[in-house]
Amino acid sequence: MELGLEVSEQAGWTVVRVAGEVDTYAAPQLRERLVELVTEGQTRLVVDLRGVDFLDSTGLGVLVGALKRARGHDGDLAVACAQERIRKVFEITRLDRVFPMGATVEAAIEAATSRPDPGEAEPLDGATGGR
Amino acid sequence: MGVLVDAPGVEAPPVQLTVPARPEFVGLVRLFVATLAASRRELAEERVDDLKLAVSEATTNAMESYRSAGRDAVVTVTWWDGPDRLVVSVADEGGGFDVDKVPKHPPVTTSERLRFERGLGIPIIRALVDECAFERTPKGTTVRLVMFCGPREDRA
Repeated sequence: MELGLEVSEQAGWTVVRVAGEVDTYAAPQLRERLVELVTEGQTRLVVDLRGVDFLDSTGLGVLVGALKRARGHDGDLAVACAQERIRKVFEITRLDRVFPMGATVEAAIEAATSRPDPGEAEPLDGATGGR
Repeated sequence: MGVLVDAPGVEAPPVQLTVPARPEFVGLVRLFVATLAASRRELAEERVDDLKLAVSEATTNAMESYRSAGRDAVVTVTWWDGPDRLVVSVADEGGGFDVDKVPKHPPVTTSERLRFERGLGIPIIRALVDECAFERTPKGTTVRLVMFCGPREDRA
């Protein structure tokens, strides 16, 4: 199934509204769009996952890659997520400590702008895996 | 096909779905699991979601095992509906891997960790199901997931 991907602007941030199921099939579509945006110089990104029904490790991987890319250009990537079932995937992997997150786009932007020093959070035990 | 594994505590015959090892079929596997899990009325919706995600992760891994082996083949998902548990196995013939030898990644919140965009699937599986086992078979890997769900409610 194709992902819905709508890009808009809000308070100086580029908001990517995602709809559908972000799995191994659809994640490349999201990756491609996010890479394009950063390449175009839009490095302050909010990925709005409120319309997402399913997100797996492949989707998380794409977000991690885009976060890295954005921060590499002095930007950031925040995540808007209201559904418990999607938020849980970030919590299990502890990526909720890595991404600025909020239940709305406004709250995600607020979380990103109030971060003292992105990327320098307390180290935690890492996830194992590789497959 | 040599994909059946023991499912302790389960006597009913299994339900099986075999799909081509291609990404567009992962959604079908999720539908298969979600539909079967929903027939257990005592299983909370959140737990159905957990099982669906765990099976999806295992299926994605199984499909990737073929990609790295450079072959196109099938993934077989087998479902057992036990009196007090659901058991799902995901079997590939992609050559297998040793779960204990999967490299450890740096801590998730350090900038080092951001170099890794993969490797999150197995921790997710482990967190979501009650038991999981990664078994090497002669041809590949079988992942077995168990979710306990209390006695089955009688159906009217």
